[in-house]
Amino acid sequence: MPSMNDILILAPEFYLVAAACLLLLLDAFMKPEQRGLLHWLSIAVLAVAIYMVVGAAPPVAVSAFHGMFVRDGVATILKVFALLTTILVFVYSRPYLRDRKLFIGEFYTLMIFAVIGVMLLVSAGSLVTVYLGLELLSLSSYALVALNRDAPLPSEAAMKYFVLGALASGMLLYGMSMVYGASGMGGQATLDLSRLSAVMGYTQAPTLLLFGLVFMVVGISFKLGVAPFHMWIPDVYQGAPTPITTFIASASKLAAFGMAYRLLAGGMAEVAHQWQLMLAVLAVLSLAIGNLVAIVQTNLKRMLAYSTISHMGYLLLGLSAANPEGYSAAMFYAISYALMSTASFGVILALSRAGFECEEIDDLRGLNQRSPWLALLMMLVMVSLAGVPPMFGFFAKLLVLQAAIHAGMMWLAIVGAVFAIIGLYYYLRVVKVMYFDKSVEGSELRMQADGSLRVVLSINALGLLVVGLYWGPLIAWCREALAG
Amino acid sequence: MINPQLFQLICFYAFATVTVASALAVITLRNSVHAVLALVLTFFSSACIWLLAEAEFLAIALIVVYVGAVMVLFLFVVMMLDIDQEKMREGFVKFLPVGLIVALVMLGEMLALIGVRAMHAHVLGPNPATEAGLSNTAWLGHALYTDYLLPFEVAALILTVGVVAAVALTLRHRGGVRYQTAGQQVAVKASDRVRIVKMDADTTYGRTPAPAASEESK
Repeated sequence: MPSMNDILILAPEFYLVAAACLLLLLDAFMKPEQRGLLHWLSIAVLAVAIYMVVGAAPPVAVSAFHGMFVRDGVATILKVFALLTTILVFVYSRPYLRDRKLFIGEFYTLMIFAVIGVMLLVSAGSLVTVYLGLELLSLSSYALVALNRDAPLPSEAAMKYFVLGALASGMLLYGMSMVYGASGMGGQATLDLSRLSAVMGYTQAPTLLLFGLVFMVVGISFKLGVAPFHMWIPDVYQGAPTPITTFIASASKLAAFGMAYRLLAGGMAEVAHQWQLMLAVLAVLSLAIGNLVAIVQTNLKRMLAYSTISHMGYLLLGLSAANPEGYSAAMFYAISYALMSTASFGVILALSRAGFECEEIDDLRGLNQRSPWLALLMMLVMVSLAGVPPMFGFFAKLLVLQAAIHAGMMWLAIVGAVFAIIGLYYYLRVVKVMYFDKSVEGSELRMQADGSLRVVLSINALGLLVVGLYWGPLIAWCREALAG
Repeated sequence: MINPQLFQLICFYAFATVTVASALAVITLRNSVHAVLALVLTFFSSACIWLLAEAEFLAIALIVVYVGAVMVLFLFVVMMLDIDQEKMREGFVKFLPVGLIVALVMLGEMLALIGVRAMHAHVLGPNPATEAGLSNTAWLGHALYTDYLLPFEVAALILTVGVVAAVALTLRHRGGVRYQTAGQQVAVKASDRVRIVKMDADTTYGRTPAPAASEESK
């Protein structure tokens, strides 16, 4: 039986499940014109969840339900930022959903269920919890991508995402079963991530273990969207309704980092020297493919999709260092990327209207004349994504490169720096289009009139500059979480 | 008195033979409905083999879930689809070499695996259920509701998401659809349905022919 202590440790998750179910019921009895209330209630629910995660954070790592669930510093940080980015997604997406008749209760409920999946995933203490958390997140995401069911592009994107996602889940599960089997050969078979590493040293089936590791790395790479498992990213980013894309590019990436950290740094620490090189190769491939293919894109969402691939490459740079410094740099990177991508898609959401998606880079032509403030915000985001000092993105890149150098992988850091410069081109092209190209006659490029969106988007984008200037506390928090 | 171990062995061979034979029938029968029925038999006899291996819960679950639900659904689908038998069999000879190669490779792999297994004969630990003095089902239930309670609940949550997603993706509120509201039907009063009109009695009926009627008859 679960003790009271177990339940207290999982209090934020239990609370969110209950809240999601209540919102679901409320939506059923609500008139369509009252949905605005649901919007604010969902935001309030997530805000309270942040308070519960931070407010009652245990000083040391604790586990509940026979080690299935771990609540430590890493989990707390990732959960806070996953919840925060989801709130941002909610705020940015209201006008977009209204214009497209997608303003339905299921959007909010499925998003909250997806966030619960993220929270379970980043707190997983066992292979079973990793898998179930991942499935909870993925299944909600597939449905969300298909939410605009009458349009052909989202349906196609959802189908691709579902089929490839199911394949990746299968790979991950297959890898897990092999690792479980290997742990049983010579020791007590265990699913527990904290015990797995200890048992692994005695295994009599090292080949089986390595096979399992490879399959698990494939599953993780798919979820992160690193090359060569990135095929779904451009299509899903372009095809999905923009609010969902924002979620997949932010909270989902935090979850993927959490999964990689739990599985590789937690469960497979014993064979770190094996996966280090795998991650390094994946990082180089993603940096190359992401940055080079992004250059030729004309669709803004597709360009941001390839930019995600390259950013995940940088994240792997930090992970492949396989030490606390690398993990904290990678976590810092994941957080910075999540906040930057919500801001970049937030600008797209602020500009799109009924019948106008603002997807093409050319749609931004002359934005500076139409809406100088929004053009400034977009410039800040692009410059931060490119990694120009003194923005948030710069310090994130700096830390992962530093971690790679300290781990003795100078070549990897050099590759990372070279591709950062190549990447500069396509980010600055967006800035050039906004500031130096003439706006098209008759274009009605203007910001959505939604007040909360304007304020929050401004804070989000300016925050990238503020955190860039004052990044000490955040990295200190990340380092503390990983040290303890 | 028959030796129980011998009896078990006989049972195993009987069920195994039925399993293999019905599995063969699944892929050779021409009629797809018959093939599905043969698949049901395959599942059923595999469940019996699991029973012999003291995995009662899995055996019952296989029958309840696969035979009871999945296969019946499958049967409906097969019966509803209009499958052209001749078209399905086209190209059988053309693809035979490829199929044979794949089959041979798989056979080789399986034999290799069995060989490796025999070499690394890994003795299974004692059955934890028998050790605890419980039946297989009770032991599984015990594990599921204590050690694995959290994953069990999360699985339930995933099913909830599945339901919500299915409703969100398929429910359509079409305009202009006429449907009955049971509440209103029950709450109806006689006065809503029948209007009683007071009018004078027609005293002229049958005495003189009505002018309208006479016109009609012409």
